[in-house]
Amino acid sequence: MLYSRNSLHSPFSIREKLSSLDFTLLFSILLLGVISIFAQFSSSGGNFDYFSKSHAIRFGVFFILFLAVAFTQIRFWHSASFLIFLILLLLLLYVKFYGIQSQGSRRWVNLFVINLQPSELMKIGIILFLSNYYHKISEGDVNKVKYLLYPVIAILAPFILVVSQPDLGTAILILLSGIVVTWLAGVRWKIFAYLSLAAIVMAPIAISFLKPYQKSRILTFLNPDSDPLGAGYQIIQSKIAIGSGGLFGKGFLNGSQAYLNFLPEKHTDFIFTLYSEEFGFLGSVFMVFLYSLITYRIIVIGNETRSIFGKLYCYGFANAFFIYVAVNMAMVLGLLPIVGAPLPILSYGGSSMLAIMFGLGIVMSCNVYKNSALG
Amino acid sequence: MLSFNSSNIASKTRTIGRRMFLLNSIKAVVLLGIFGRLASLQINEVSKYRSLADKNRFRETKFAAPRGIIEDYFGSEVASNTRIYQLHVTPENTPNIENLLIRLKGLINISDKKLRIIKKKIKKQKKWEKIIISDNLSWSEFSRLNLFLHELEGASPVVSVARVYKNNASAHAIGYVSEISPKDIRNKKHLKEINISGIAIGKTGLESTLDEEMLGSPGFLRYEVNAYGKKIKQVSVKKGLKGKTFRTTLDNEVQIYAAKLLENVSGAACVTDIYNGDIVSMVSSPSFNPNSFIHGIDRNEWNELLNNRDKPMINKAISGLYPPGSTIKTLTALSALENDVVSSKLIVKCNGYVDLHGERFHCWKKKGHGVVGMRTALKKSCDVYFYEVARRLGIDRLSATAKKFGLGDKVLQNYSEEKKGTVPDTKWKIRELGKNWYIGETLHSGIGQGYFLTTPLQLCLMTAQIANGGFKIEPKILIDKDNKISNLEKFLNHRNSTPGNVMSTDDQIFNFGLQPLFRNQENINLIKEAMFAATNEPGGTSYRSRLNKKQFMFAGKTGSSQIKRFTNEQREAEVKQENITYLERDHAWFVAFAPVSEPRYAISVLVEHGGSGSKAAAPLASKIIKKVLERHENRSSYSNKFRENV
Repeated sequence: MLYSRNSLHSPFSIREKLSSLDFTLLFSILLLGVISIFAQFSSSGGNFDYFSKSHAIRFGVFFILFLAVAFTQIRFWHSASFLIFLILLLLLLYVKFYGIQSQGSRRWVNLFVINLQPSELMKIGIILFLSNYYHKISEGDVNKVKYLLYPVIAILAPFILVVSQPDLGTAILILLSGIVVTWLAGVRWKIFAYLSLAAIVMAPIAISFLKPYQKSRILTFLNPDSDPLGAGYQIIQSKIAIGSGGLFGKGFLNGSQAYLNFLPEKHTDFIFTLYSEEFGFLGSVFMVFLYSLITYRIIVIGNETRSIFGKLYCYGFANAFFIYVAVNMAMVLGLLPIVGAPLPILSYGGSSMLAIMFGLGIVMSCNVYKNSALG
Repeated sequence: MLSFNSSNIASKTRTIGRRMFLLNSIKAVVLLGIFGRLASLQINEVSKYRSLADKNRFRETKFAAPRGIIEDYFGSEVASNTRIYQLHVTPENTPNIENLLIRLKGLINISDKKLRIIKKKIKKQKKWEKIIISDNLSWSEFSRLNLFLHELEGASPVVSVARVYKNNASAHAIGYVSEISPKDIRNKKHLKEINISGIAIGKTGLESTLDEEMLGSPGFLRYEVNAYGKKIKQVSVKKGLKGKTFRTTLDNEVQIYAAKLLENVSGAACVTDIYNGDIVSMVSSPSFNPNSFIHGIDRNEWNELLNNRDKPMINKAISGLYPPGSTIKTLTALSALENDVVSSKLIVKCNGYVDLHGERFHCWKKKGHGVVGMRTALKKSCDVYFYEVARRLGIDRLSATAKKFGLGDKVLQNYSEEKKGTVPDTKWKIRELGKNWYIGETLHSGIGQGYFLTTPLQLCLMTAQIANGGFKIEPKILIDKDNKISNLEKFLNHRNSTPGNVMSTDDQIFNFGLQPLFRNQENINLIKEAMFAATNEPGGTSYRSRLNKKQFMFAGKTGSSQIKRFTNEQREAEVKQENITYLERDHAWFVAFAPVSEPRYAISVLVEHGGSGSKAAAPLASKIIKKVLERHENRSSYSNKFRENV
C-alpha cells in the first residue's frame, strides 16, 4: 500500500508535484535570493556591475536547477549518490594537478561555462555518500571497525585534498558535515572521543603544515588588536561596520564601511557585514530568523521522510547548512577566526550557490517523494 | 525480510531522531550566541563603533584664515595679503609625471635642485596627494601655464593668498612671517593648538608678538575618505575667522624717507610724539627684504644676511646697545641740578683734561674749552665740565635719574627682541661684576661712557621726556581701538586753546593727572635751552645741521660713543676718526626735539662707527625732523578725523 508509487517513472501529474512542494521553504529561499541580489547590488556601490549581475543570473539559473532537482525522483539521487561522490573526488584530484590557480591556491576546474570549485560541491557530496552508506548497512554494523573504515576514508580523502589546495575553511566544513552524518547514523561517542584525542595529538604536526597566512589568521583571532593594519584588520573593520549599523542600520546603499572599501571581501565572506551595517540589528535578526526557518523546514522534511537515506541526508544537510551560516556569522562577528566560509546564497560565488541550491533541491525532492521506498 | 527491514529502520530512525534532537539543542544555543553578539555590537556598543566608523571615514584638513593686516598710522597697509600664483600637480592625474616635469621646466623657472626634491617627495607620498611645484609664480609664468594647460594634464595653477610687504623700510618694526618650524610648535602654545603644516607665522617684530591675534582661527575642510586615504568628497567647510587688523603709530612715508637716508650707513633712527608717545618712525639700517622669507629664503641670501658686517637682521633701534656718549650729559646736568649738587651757575675751567687720583681724563677738545658754564658746556659738549659735575653728583644719583627717564628698561612691550641696556650704579657693579665702584668710572659715566648701554629708542624716549617739560609718557607703536587721548595731550590742547592763561606747574600736574619726572621744572627748561644753543648758536656742536625756518627749528645734543680708547700717541698725533679702522671708529649719536617753539617730536639717530655725532648723525636727523614736521599737519588732522569717526 505505502509503496504503491515506487516507480522511476513519474508517479504524479505536474500539478500534484507542484502542490507537494514545501512552500515555506521555497519562498524562504526565494526571499533570501532576492535579498542577496540587493546585497550584492549594494556591495557593488549601488551598481549593476559584473558581480551583482552575475550573482542575479546565477540565482535565477540555480533556482531553476533547484526545482529540476526537486522534481527528480529521490530514488535517482539515492542510487546516483556514490557516483556523484566518486566524480567529485576525481574532480578534486584533477584540480590538485590541473586546477586553475588563483591567489596562491588551486581550487577551480575550468568547465568553459563556469569555473567550478569541486570542494564546494563536495560539502554536499560527502553528505550524499554517507547517507547512502548508512542507509545500506544495518544498525548493528555501524560500530564495527570494518564498517568504520569506509566513512573515515570517505571523509579524510576530500578533506586532505581540499586542505592541500589550500582551503582550510571548506575542508573543515567538509569534515564537519561528514562527522555529523556519521554521528547521526549512530557511531558511538567513544569512537569520536578517540578520534578527537588523536586529532589533538596530531594538531601540532598539522599546524606545522599550515601556510603562514593560515597561522596568522588563527593568531589574529586570538588577539585581533595585535596587528590592526595586518591580519586583524578584517575582523576590526567588520566589527566596526556591524556595530556602527546600530538598531536600524544606516540604510540601503549607505553603509560607509562597505562603500568606502574599509570592508574586505564584501562580496563574499563579509556580505553579512555589509547587510548588517545597512539594515542594523533588526535586519540582522531577520536574516538569522530566515536562515533558521530554512534549517527548520529542512529538519521538518527530514522528520517526515520515511527512508533512512532521506532522513540522514535532510538532517545532515540541515546541520551542514546551519554550520555554514553559523561559522560565517561567527566569523564576521569576531567570534571565530577568519577561515573563508561563504554565507549560503547571500555570498557571491557560483560553486557555493550551486552546491547549496543542489543540496536544497535534493531536500525538496525528499519532500516531493517522501513516501518513496528505497532499496 | 520486510519485518527485519522495518524494525531496523525504526530503530535507526530512533537513534537518528535522538541524536538530531541533541544537535538541534546545540543549534539553539549557537543562535542565542549570535543573537547576543549582534545585540552587544549593535545596541550596547553602537556609539563606540559609530565613532570608530566616522574616524575611518572622515579626515579634517585645517586651513589658515587670512592673516590680519598691519597698517600704518594713516591706514595704509604695511603688511598685507596678496594673491599669489601657485602650481600644484597631482601625480595620479598625469599620464607621465617625468614628462610633465620636463615640460614644466621649459615653462617656468624651477632649479634642478628643486626638481630633485620634488621627485623625491612624489615617490614618498600617495599618488593622489597633490604636490606644490612652485608656490610663488610670476604673473607671466602663471599666464604661460594657463596658455599651455591643455598639454599639462595633472597640473593645476592655483590662486592663493600670502603675506606681502610693500617695502623694506619697516622690516624690523613689523617683522616677517615664514613657514612654521617644529621649534615654533614646541615653544608657542597657540601654534600647538592651530597645528596647520606649512602655515606662515610671525617670526620677528610685531608679526611675532601679534601672531596669535593675526592668525585668526583656522577653517576646516571635512572630507570623506576611502580605505586607502583617497578623498571621495568634501562633506563640510567651516570658514575660519580672519585675523585681527592692527594699526600702528608709524608713518609709512617717514619710514621710507628715513630708511632711504640711512641706506648707506649702519644705524637706526627713532621719532616719537612727545605728548602721546606715538612712535612715528623706527627704522634700522641696513634693512632686509621681509618678502624673501615668506616662501622660504634662499640659502645664499640667508647666509649673506647672517654674515653681513652690519647685521641687517638686528633691529638696532631696540636691540642695538651702545654707550649713550655725550647725549647723557643732558641727564647728568639735570640730575645734578635736581639733586641740588651744583647750581646752574657752576663754572669749570677746561684745560683739555683733568687729573684724578693719578688718572688723566681727557676732553674731546685737546686744547680745552677754557672757562665754561653749564649752558656752554652742554652746547659745546665739554667733557671736563661734566667730569666735575659727575664727580660731585656720584653714580647712584645719576643712575636714578637715568632710570627715571627710561634708560635701562624696555621702552615697548611689543618686542621680544628688545634689549634693556645697562644703567650702572654701585650696587649693579657689585651684583654683576662683584667689584667695588671706582670714582673714575663715575667720571666716564658722566659723559656716557663706561658701563652705560642704551638703545636708540631709549634715548629717543629720554629726549621726548625732556622736551615735553619733564613728564612721563608711555611710548606705543600700536593704536588701541578706542585711541584714547593721553593726559599730556589734554593738557596740550587746553594750553593751545586758551593762550595767555598761564597755569602753575603744580596746577597742571593736578588738573591733568600728569606724571612729572622733575622736582623743579626750571631745571628741565634749562637743559632744553642749552640744547637749543647747541644747535642754533655758533659754536654749538650741531650748529652746521640747524634748520633756519622757524617752523623747522630744532634743538639737539650730539654724542659719540667710544669703541676703543685713544692711545696717547694717537691723541698726540690728533688722529682723525676717518683715518682709523671702520670697526674702531666711534658710534655717532644725535638726539633732538622739534620744533623749538612748540616742541612736538623727539628724535634719536645712531650711526654705527660714524665717527662724530655732529658730522654723521646730526645731518641725517635734521632731514628726518624736517620731514616729520612737514607731515605734522597731516597727522594731527587725520588723528582728529579718526577720533570723530570712532
